[in-house]
Amino acid sequence: MRATRLGLTSLRGRRLLPLLALVLLVALLVACDAPQSTTEIAGNNNDKLWEPYRVVLVLAAIVFVLVLVLTLGFSIWFRERPGRPARQIHGNTRLEVIWTLIPVAIVAMIAIPTFDALFKIDKDPPADAMKIEAIGHQWWFEFRYLDDKGETVLTTANELHLPEGKPVTIALRSVDVIHSFWVPAISGKVDMIPGHDNNISFTATKARPEPYLGQCAELCGLSHANMRFRVFVQAPADFDNWMSDQKKDSTSATGDLASEGEQLFAQSACIGCHTVRGTSAQGKVGPDLTHVGSRTTVAAGTLENNAQNLARWIRNSADVKPGSKMPPQGASAGGTLTDDQIAAIAAYLLSLR
Amino acid sequence: MATVAGTLARPANVGVWSWITTVDHKRIGVLYGITAFTFLLWGGIQALLIRTQLAVPNGTVIDAERFNQLFTMHALTMIFLAVMPLGAAFFNFLTPLMIGARDVAFPRLNALSYWVYLGGGLILTSSFFWDAPSAGWFNYVPLSGQTYTSDLGIDFYVVGLLTLGTSSLMAALNFTVTIINMRAPGLTMMRLPVFVWMTLIISFLLVLALPPLTVGLIQLLFDRNFDTHFFVPEAGGDPILWQHLFWVFGHPEVYILILPAMGIVSEVLPVFARKPLFGYPAVVFAGVAIAFLGWAVWSHHMFTTGMGTVPRTVFATNTMIIAVPTGIKIFNWIGTLYGGSIRFTTAMLFSIAFIVTFTIGGISGVMHASPPIDGQHQDSYFVVAHIHYVLFGGAVMGIFSGIYFWFPKMTGRFLSEGLGKLHFWLMFIGMNMTFFPMHFLGLAGMPRRIYTYDQGLDWGFWNMFATIGSYVIGISIIVFVINFFRSMRQPKTAPNNPWDAATLEWATTSPPPEHDFDVVPTVRARDPLWYDRDHGIEAPEPTGEHIHMPPPSYYPILMASGVALLGIGVLSHLALTALGAVVIIYSIWGWALEPTD
Repeated sequence: MRATRLGLTSLRGRRLLPLLALVLLVALLVACDAPQSTTEIAGNNNDKLWEPYRVVLVLAAIVFVLVLVLTLGFSIWFRERPGRPARQIHGNTRLEVIWTLIPVAIVAMIAIPTFDALFKIDKDPPADAMKIEAIGHQWWFEFRYLDDKGETVLTTANELHLPEGKPVTIALRSVDVIHSFWVPAISGKVDMIPGHDNNISFTATKARPEPYLGQCAELCGLSHANMRFRVFVQAPADFDNWMSDQKKDSTSATGDLASEGEQLFAQSACIGCHTVRGTSAQGKVGPDLTHVGSRTTVAAGTLENNAQNLARWIRNSADVKPGSKMPPQGASAGGTLTDDQIAAIAAYLLSLR
Repeated sequence: MATVAGTLARPANVGVWSWITTVDHKRIGVLYGITAFTFLLWGGIQALLIRTQLAVPNGTVIDAERFNQLFTMHALTMIFLAVMPLGAAFFNFLTPLMIGARDVAFPRLNALSYWVYLGGGLILTSSFFWDAPSAGWFNYVPLSGQTYTSDLGIDFYVVGLLTLGTSSLMAALNFTVTIINMRAPGLTMMRLPVFVWMTLIISFLLVLALPPLTVGLIQLLFDRNFDTHFFVPEAGGDPILWQHLFWVFGHPEVYILILPAMGIVSEVLPVFARKPLFGYPAVVFAGVAIAFLGWAVWSHHMFTTGMGTVPRTVFATNTMIIAVPTGIKIFNWIGTLYGGSIRFTTAMLFSIAFIVTFTIGGISGVMHASPPIDGQHQDSYFVVAHIHYVLFGGAVMGIFSGIYFWFPKMTGRFLSEGLGKLHFWLMFIGMNMTFFPMHFLGLAGMPRRIYTYDQGLDWGFWNMFATIGSYVIGISIIVFVINFFRSMRQPKTAPNNPWDAATLEWATTSPPPEHDFDVVPTVRARDPLWYDRDHGIEAPEPTGEHIHMPPPSYYPILMASGVALLGIGVLSHLALTALGAVVIIYSIWGWALEPTD
C-alpha cells in the first residue's frame, strides 16, 4: 500500500481528480463480490500476488491518465488556428532520454515486487503439508487425499475440502487433455498437463460455510464451460470430522425407493464406471460415488444436487453437459432404464451421505 | 517474344482477366484489401454470434460445439485472413510508391502470394461446410490430436495455416528485397517512411516466425494422419513442445499484426499535425527493438504450464523490457502532436484514438508480464480484453486511419468526412464498451472460451454491456460500408496531394498510373515533398520515354491453384495432392520460360 500513497502524492491538483475517479471506479466495479472473483483473498498465494498487483494497478492508472491527458490536451490545444503555424520540431534528445528512462523506472517498480511474490509463491511446501492429487478428466475433477507415503486414503470428485490455515500441496495430473486448476480467491492457476508432474501449493486462509468457486481454465473440449468445482475451507476440527465421515464405506440404503435404487444400481451399467465403497461397484472411470449424497452439486458443479437433477443427469447426461462421456441411461435417450427406475437410483445416490 | 511450345502466352490486359492475371502491386494491394475486408466482415459476424450467445447467463442461441468453432474461427479469420492481409494490402499498394519504385522486385511472386492467400482463406473458411476447427486458435494438443478431436476441423486448421504461411513467406521475401534494393535515388534507410520501415521489420519477423509454426503444423499433421507421436504423452511425445513451437511463432505474430498499424499512425500524425514525426530515429529503432525482443518472450504465454521459477523470471523480465520501446513510440507520437497545427480529419481521429486505446492494451500487457498476476489473468477474460485492445484498439484503429488517409490515393475519390466521423465515434465508443468490461469480467473470474455461465456468478451485467457494445461496432462498420459505396460512385476528384503530405506516394497522380511515376523521383530529405515545397523544387517533366512494365501472367493463379490442391488433397483424397504437385511443377516450368513482354 505504500506504493499507492507514493503514486497518489506524486500527483497534484487537476490530475489527481481523474486518477482518483479512475482508481475508485475500478475498485468499485472490480471489488464487486462476484462469487468467483480474483479480488477476494482467501489464500496465501492470492494474497501474495496482490502485492505486485496493487503496485501495477496504481502505475497503470498513472500512465493511462498521463497518456490520455497529454494526447487529448495536445490535440485540443494545438488544433489548427489561423496565424499559428505548426512548429517544425524534429525531436528533443533530452526529452527522449527522459521518456526512455520513465518506462525503465516503471518496469523496475513492477519487477521487484513481482519477483518477490513469484519466489514466495514458488517456495517448496513444508514437509508436513497435506498431500492431495487432483486429476483432470473431460469434464470433471477427481480429488485424492494422500497419506505421507503417497497412498490414496480418500477419493472424491468436484468438491475439495481443505482445512483452514494448513499448507497443502496438490499434484496436478490429467488423464486426457490439458486442464487448468483455478480457484481465484485462493491462488492463481496451474495447468494439468498429461505426462507432466505439475504442483500447486498454498494455504487456504479463510474458513466459511459457502464454497469457494473454481473452474477449469484451459480449453478442454466441448464442455469446458461445464467443468467447475468447489472448494470448502473448514476449521481444522470440522475438516477432520468430514474426513472421517468420508473415509467410511457406504451403508445399505434404508427406505423402499432407495433400497430399490440400490439393487438397480448394482445390476446396471453404473458399476462398470463408478465406485461405491462397501459394494460391488468398483469402476474407476467415472467419479467415486461413495458419498455422493453429501456433495452439494452434480455434473462438476453445474447442477444443484437433488433428486430431480440427479435423475436428469442419469437419464441423459449430455443434455446437461454436451459431449459427456457418461452414456445416456434413460430409455427415452437410448438407454435401458425407465423414469421410475432412474428415480429410485437417484434416491439411492442421495442416501449415500 | 515467341512463346515456348506448351506454355501459355501473356494474357491481354483487359476486363476481369486483367485483375486475375495482374502483377501490378497496386491492383494486388486492392485485391488484398477487398478480400481481407470481406473476411473482416465475416469474422465480425462470428464475433456478434459469440457475443449474442454470451449476452445473458445460460444463453441458448448457439450450442457448445458451434460456439467452440466460432471462437476458433473468429480468431483465425481476424488474424490470418483479415488483419494480416489488410496490412499486406497497405504495404503492397504503398511500398513501391513510398520508395519511388515502379513495382516490387518480383511482381509475379507478389501475385502468387495473393492467390495462395485467397486459396488458404477459402479452404479455412469452407471448413464450416464440414467441420470447423474447434480447439482454439492456438490449437493445443492433445485436445487437437486425433484422439480427442477426430473430425476434419483440425486438418482444415493445419492445411489452412500451412497454405497461408506459404503466402506470407513469399510476400515477406519479396518486400525485403524490394525495400532494400529498389529505393529511389537519395532515399537512404534513415529517410525511409516509418511505414516502410515497419514493413521491412515484419518481413523479417515473418521469415523467421513461420518456420517454427510450419514445423509444428507438419508434426501435428503427421500425428493426426500417420500415427507419429510428436505430441502424444503416452508414447513419449510432449504436448508442451507444441506450445513452444506455436508461441515462438505466435508472439512475433502479434507484432506482425500491430507494427503495420504503428507505421500507419506514424505517417498520419505528422501530416495532420503539419510537422515532422517527433524523434524519427527513436521510432524506427524502437520498432526494431520491439521486433528483436519479441523473440525472447514467447514463454509468457505459458507461465501457468509449470515452468520453473527461473525461466519465468527471465521471460517476465524480457517481456517487461518491451514496455520501454513501446513507451518510446507512444511518447514520440504524443510529441508529434505537440506544437502542431492539428486538422481533425477522420484519419487523424483514428490515429489519435489509436494512441490511447493501444496504450490500454500495452498497459494490460505489462500487467500479465508479471507471472504471479498472470496466474489470475491467463485464459481469463482479462486476456481477451488485452488482445482486443492491442488488435482492435491498435491494429484495426490504425488500419481504418490508413484507409481514410490513403483512400484518395488508391481510388482518386474521397470518403465522406461526415460519415467517416460518425463511423469513428460509433467504433470508438463501441469498442470501449465491448472490450473494457472484459477486464472486469476477467477479474471476476470468468475464463475465456466458455459457451455458457451461471446466473449466480454475477457476470451477466458486463456481458450484456459488452454485447451491446459489439452491436455498436457492427453499426459503425455498416456506416463505413455505406460510405465506401457512396464514395465509389463519386467522380475522381482527388489531386496528387490532397492532405499536403510529405512522402513520395503523394507526388504522383491519384490513383497512380500503372508505372507509378513518370519520372523516378529524387529524394533530398526525410520528408521529401515538404522539402521540395519549402525549397521551391518543381517536379521533373516527364521525358516521354517508353516505360516497360511487367505484363500480366496466368502462372501466379495457376500455381496457387496447385498449392491449394496440395492441401485439398490432404483433406479429401491424396490423388488431388498429386494433381496439385503436377500443376505446380508445370507452373514453375511455364513461369521460368514465360516471355518478358
